[in-house]
Amino acid sequence: MRQRTKEWYKSGAPWIWLNAGAVSISVLMVIGLIGLISARGLVYFWPSDVLEGHYRESNGQEIPVLGEIDTVEIIPASRARDSGYTIEGDSEVTRYLIKVGNRDIYGADFKLVMEPFLTEVTYPEDVLVVERREWGNFYGHLKSITENGNVIAEGAEAKKLLPARLARSVDLFHQVRSIQKHEIGAINFQLEKLRLKKRGLELKGVKDPSAYAALEEEAKSLEQKYKQLREKMTELIVQSRRDSIIVTTITGQEITLPLAKVVRVHYPNAMGLWQKIGFYFEKLWEFVSDEPREANTEGGIFPAIFGTVMMVLLMSVIVTPFGVVAAVYLREYAKQGLLIRLIRIAVNNLAGVPSIVYGVFGLGFFVYFLGGNIDTLFFPEAQPAPTFGTPGLLWASLTLAILTLPVVIVATEEGLARIPSSIREGSMALGATRAETLWRIVIPMASPAMMTGLILAVARAAGEVAPLMLVGVVKLAPSLPLDGNFPYLHMDRKFMHLGFHIYDVGFQSPNVEAARPLVYATSLLLIIVIVLLNLAAIYVRNHLREKYRALEN
Amino acid sequence: MMEIEQNMQDTNMKSEIPLTHGININNLERSDSGRNRVEYETTIKVVDLDLYYGDKQALNKVNMEIPRHRVTAFIGPSGCGKSTLLRCFNRMNDLIDNIRIEGLISLDEEDIYSRTLNVADLRRRVGMVFQKPNPFPKTIYENVAYGLRILGVKDRRKIDESVENALRGAALWDEVKDRLQDNALGLSGGQQQRLVIARAIAVEPEVLLLDEPASALDPISTLKIEELIYELKDKYTIVIVTHNMQQAARVSDMTAFMYLGEVVEYADTNTLFTNPAQTQTEDYITGRYG
Repeated sequence: MRQRTKEWYKSGAPWIWLNAGAVSISVLMVIGLIGLISARGLVYFWPSDVLEGHYRESNGQEIPVLGEIDTVEIIPASRARDSGYTIEGDSEVTRYLIKVGNRDIYGADFKLVMEPFLTEVTYPEDVLVVERREWGNFYGHLKSITENGNVIAEGAEAKKLLPARLARSVDLFHQVRSIQKHEIGAINFQLEKLRLKKRGLELKGVKDPSAYAALEEEAKSLEQKYKQLREKMTELIVQSRRDSIIVTTITGQEITLPLAKVVRVHYPNAMGLWQKIGFYFEKLWEFVSDEPREANTEGGIFPAIFGTVMMVLLMSVIVTPFGVVAAVYLREYAKQGLLIRLIRIAVNNLAGVPSIVYGVFGLGFFVYFLGGNIDTLFFPEAQPAPTFGTPGLLWASLTLAILTLPVVIVATEEGLARIPSSIREGSMALGATRAETLWRIVIPMASPAMMTGLILAVARAAGEVAPLMLVGVVKLAPSLPLDGNFPYLHMDRKFMHLGFHIYDVGFQSPNVEAARPLVYATSLLLIIVIVLLNLAAIYVRNHLREKYRALEN
Repeated sequence: MMEIEQNMQDTNMKSEIPLTHGININNLERSDSGRNRVEYETTIKVVDLDLYYGDKQALNKVNMEIPRHRVTAFIGPSGCGKSTLLRCFNRMNDLIDNIRIEGLISLDEEDIYSRTLNVADLRRRVGMVFQKPNPFPKTIYENVAYGLRILGVKDRRKIDESVENALRGAALWDEVKDRLQDNALGLSGGQQQRLVIARAIAVEPEVLLLDEPASALDPISTLKIEELIYELKDKYTIVIVTHNMQQAARVSDMTAFMYLGEVVEYADTNTLFTNPAQTQTEDYITGRYG
């Protein structure tokens, strides 16, 4: 027996098992991670059925309940007794967390319910769920529709009339928002530019009144345009206020909801499977394409996706040339000695510095020092308001570029070292100088290694949150860093980021239960964004690798 | 030998310039290292060459004249310095740190280690082919055109013409003319080596240095390379380093036997192989050591 164990050990089989086991565990962990995040995050968008029932509270009070089950827990009966319920025996009790909505009336979105005291559970088909722009969801029944305060339809007829009326108000809402964001936004942008021009002239000491008059003229015409847009907008808003719905809560309270404040309505209990799937994808699309509402707990996260991608792209554009140039010097030109070895060690260790330290550095050096000086030199007219002397997209990208620089340098250096010297000699023997050899042969051949460095850099940068909080990320950015106003890319603007969004929704949200699925969904999205960015880089790298396949023999 | 040294010292004293630079080689007397020497026009002349890797001396007082439009072979056991000597002719050794070269090498009576000489220009005049085929990871066409592009040739027609001529010169044209835009790494080893030769002759060098060009190839490819060398010698001065004595006997006009950094014997190939003057040479070519 002992002999056989020894032989088995010598055969190397245990080692293979150990290796394979480590790989399996890693794979399982990754699958588990993605599985958990997907399961928790994606359920959020599903329109689950809404139950109606009677509930006896711990103080004996009977109340009706209307809402959807959010989570199901099994707790020991003793814990239920502690909270005042009378339950016999030592058995376990099921506890539901029910989303009852109507935050404006009940004060909270959620209600804890002990299963034994919930009776007469039904799923009536006419339960209406209203997604509102404020105060979260409303659960109740539709009573009537009013136009300018007069009831025009009741009951079934109101239900029939509602979709068209809602579509009209949603359309008006989008029109208003479009005017606000694009047209008025552009005018404000130009007005601000004019103001700065005027201030610039004043600072230069220009006394000629005609220069000012031209600016005034332009400002006046812009003001005029602004007034027209303002009027148009007001009219649209008035129009959108025309319709309201009157709804009743489960307790019988009547509430008037202006349709202008409604995003969408649905009757979950009356929906078929396909309808639900359609609704699900509509919600999912809203999540990735729309702007956030209600302190980031509702709506979409498009600005965060956009900000993340934008920042990572900018960072790549900055870090790649910089890292490659540094690596080329270290590997190709510098005399390999003690100093270079020290520099190399220092560069490698930079990768291990905690990222928040880079954030502090970015704030102190980029934002305050560089940004502050840029402001005094180039934007004196905007003073004391900072232009670049405040956290923004440019500084965040630069900070992350420094953070990921070691990765790019190390990868590029390895790539350069792998190029056989026979290839360099071949080029030099043809009369090429060192620089020509470098540009025509060595760098193209090392480009796949540079891409590998970039892939690692992107993976690291996209997931970084801590330094960003200091150098440019905000909870809610008023406008995207890219828009239709010249110069289109506004590197001085603050931006939103998926990683920070997770942190913000998870920790800073006033509505923890409602925000939790969003944390998972946003995490999933962050992973998808990183994977997509990496896939793009990997595609480019494989293409280059094929092109510059190194000598195999 | 004594004469040369005497002469060099004289020159040295007269001009008071370092040994390596500025020696007027016209003042030097010709030394005949080989016997029964046919008078050839000299291309490369090596005078008292010493080469050190750090403290280690790799070449010791090498004197040699390499004839124009002939094939000169260097033979000798591994580590005897034949590749090192070859790499001195296009200053490839410059790329190695800690190397020190003393003595004189001239190409067409011009000191190639002179300060004023452009090394890139020298390397264009003295082409080199290495032991392992080292085509660039580019197309066949771009490999051959590389040297021309480095020279700054822009005219497409001229490049096309040179590429074709070079490939024909390297006996590769018929095999690759239909796939000039394919990656050169897809060629066989023998084809790659001929491509590298084509790449070298595309810039029209005067001298072609071949560092064991066939040692990584199969017999048929080796034969092709040897035939090619035979054809190329009409236009180029060829210096070849080889391990293979039969190869040296087959392709070369002159042969130098080197041992431990010294040229033991340098003579007409026929003479060296049939009637060596030194016992060391005889021992080597009869296979007693090395």
